[in-house]
Amino acid sequence: MGRLDPVFAHTREQGRAALIGYLPAGYPTVDGSAELLTTMIDSGCDIVEVGVPYSDPVMDGPTIQAAADRALRGGFRLRDLFTVVERVAAAGGHAVVMTYWNPVHRYGVDRFARDLAAAGGLGLITPDLIPDQGADWLAAAEEHDLDRIFLVAPSSSPERLALTTAATTGFLYATAVMGVTGARDQVGSSAEGLVARAREHTDLPIAVGLGVRSGEQAAEVAGFADGVVVGSAFVSRAEDVTAVRALAEELAEGVRAPAPAR
Amino acid sequence: MTSPEDGRVRSAEPTEVEPGSEHEPDRHDPDARGHFGPYGGRFLPEALIGAMDELATVYEKARLDPDFVDELNRLLRDYAGRPSLLTEAPRFAEHAGGARIFLKREDLNHTGSHKINNVLGQALLTKRMGKKRVIAETGAGQHGVATATACALMGLECVVYMGEVDTERQKLNVARMRLLGAEVIPVRTGSRTLKDAINEALRDWVTNVETTHYLLGTAAGGHPFPMMVRNFHKVIGQEARAQVLEKAGRLPDAVTACVGGGSNAIGMFHGFINDPGVRLVGYEPGGHGIESGEHGATLSEGTPGMLHGALSYLLQDEDGQTVEAYSISAGLDYPGVGPEHAWLKDTGRAEYHSVTDAEAMEAFQLLSRTEGIIPAIESSHALAGTLRLGRELGPDGLIVVCLSGRGDKDMDTAATYFGFMES
Ligand SMILES: Cc1ncc(COP(=O)(O)O)c(C=O)c1O
Repeated sequence: MGRLDPVFAHTREQGRAALIGYLPAGYPTVDGSAELLTTMIDSGCDIVEVGVPYSDPVMDGPTIQAAADRALRGGFRLRDLFTVVERVAAAGGHAVVMTYWNPVHRYGVDRFARDLAAAGGLGLITPDLIPDQGADWLAAAEEHDLDRIFLVAPSSSPERLALTTAATTGFLYATAVMGVTGARDQVGSSAEGLVARAREHTDLPIAVGLGVRSGEQAAEVAGFADGVVVGSAFVSRAEDVTAVRALAEELAEGVRAPAPAR
Repeated sequence: MTSPEDGRVRSAEPTEVEPGSEHEPDRHDPDARGHFGPYGGRFLPEALIGAMDELATVYEKARLDPDFVDELNRLLRDYAGRPSLLTEAPRFAEHAGGARIFLKREDLNHTGSHKINNVLGQALLTKRMGKKRVIAETGAGQHGVATATACALMGLECVVYMGEVDTERQKLNVARMRLLGAEVIPVRTGSRTLKDAINEALRDWVTNVETTHYLLGTAAGGHPFPMMVRNFHKVIGQEARAQVLEKAGRLPDAVTACVGGGSNAIGMFHGFINDPGVRLVGYEPGGHGIESGEHGATLSEGTPGMLHGALSYLLQDEDGQTVEAYSISAGLDYPGVGPEHAWLKDTGRAEYHSVTDAEAMEAFQLLSRTEGIIPAIESSHALAGTLRLGRELGPDGLIVVCLSGRGDKDMDTAATYFGFMES
């Protein structure tokens, strides 16, 4: 039973996809990020991904790199993450954390899971941890009842799709394109194929991320996926809460108008 | 078997290195998932796992394939100029308490450093995988130059990522790479050095993995890189072992090397790893001194953590953020290190110490003036450490040091450091 199952049960019932918005904790400030994430929830995000700013984000493009850099320069500490998650949870939001693995490893995997669960977080997305390397995390997730959200990519083989989906709970994160984060004009036809391939291995909800930035793209992705992840487009508006709200609303409309499958 | 009066003979007759033996699987290989003890593994995005699996499979096949081994050996001999010489350095050794010191002359390889050994191997694998584009990171520029060279030789497209700080301090190598037809992309993120060049190369790889091989330049990164790069450099240690037995009649008391990511050191060490009487000693960049906090002494000062795909020692803060390294030497200016070194440190088979900028530069000048050999600043760290170790061992000591590269590329830095440009 995944912690996020009720969210997807609800969106499925409504015949739509879930909107999942990403923002790094500590960007532009710790308080600012908590407020923006709360705004995102109020304006239609079903789930928020609270990012952990990291010194070496190899899966991120320039927008998120710059945000992480600014958060770290601003003095972001890992304990601030839990504060932000707590505030999002207190505001009634469903929060998962997206983090590169070394900060968790350094903090202590079990301790991190315990503190995240205590803050009201529901799971972890791990862009550079594959299940094959994650025995300690799988155990900690079990122990502290957290979802473990792994990624699959267009390059994932059937064997890897089987292995990864078997280890995942909550939802499966499908990266739409081969590449790093960043808003794109095109979400890439590989996403639809990947989702179809992954469905051969699992009944888990599947969310598609990397590149989505408009309501129209969200509708397109909602046509074949259970969730739409939007990151860089929010991050690039983080200076302006009205723009964040407007984007969330536009995307929320998009996920409610799934384009018919092609 | 000879038996000098000090009774220090530890092994057999000089033996010919058996061609290809460096690629044979042995008990020092990591487990199937790339673990050396607890270290290594693959902490990388799923998007790259397919390519890593492919590389591992292709390499595992190639290392046992006589055609591959023959072709590589032919290139190493006829193109790179192997075997490299082993040169005794008696005038330099006078400053090391009289111990005998031999230099393993990787500086004489084509392109001027050990890097070519690994590059030729991986370039051949690139062709086997049918990939046409190669990307690489470089710090000192030696790996970039070697990669650009192999790509020119084999008709591959080549893109090299290099931190902006390094494009400044190793300008000459930027020009060499461009002359060889490579595209050099200055990296302006983070510390603008080697670490960030690797980040950028990984981002390129995630995007272009289908057509592109990431030709990593050191024995770090996710499996199979640490093992594979090591095996391509084992030739250094294997040759050195045969050569020192022939020239000195016995095994050395120690072999030494500088440690950036750890490739020249691991290659050197593996020639002697089964000789328990031979100490394996690595020298890391101490920068402005450990106390200053400005250094790159990962094994001496770091803690276990992940960077660029493997668990190893790492310079990091309490929150697991990578701490920027510092060294006068662009090739050692890296906060991580290959995972096998972490394991060799923990098991006590190898030892690691640090050497400051000042000590390295003194050794740089000393070797130039006593032996007429201008070493790379990276290699000068090993030389400085060897001077210290020689004094510790005394006049009966015998050390083989890996002279990993030549110092031509460092003339700007050296001229500034020593004030040679002042009229
Ligand atoms: C001459 C030379 N020696 C040593 C190094 C350090 O690398 P490694 O530790 O992988 O041998 C470099 C890297 O650029 C180099 O150019």
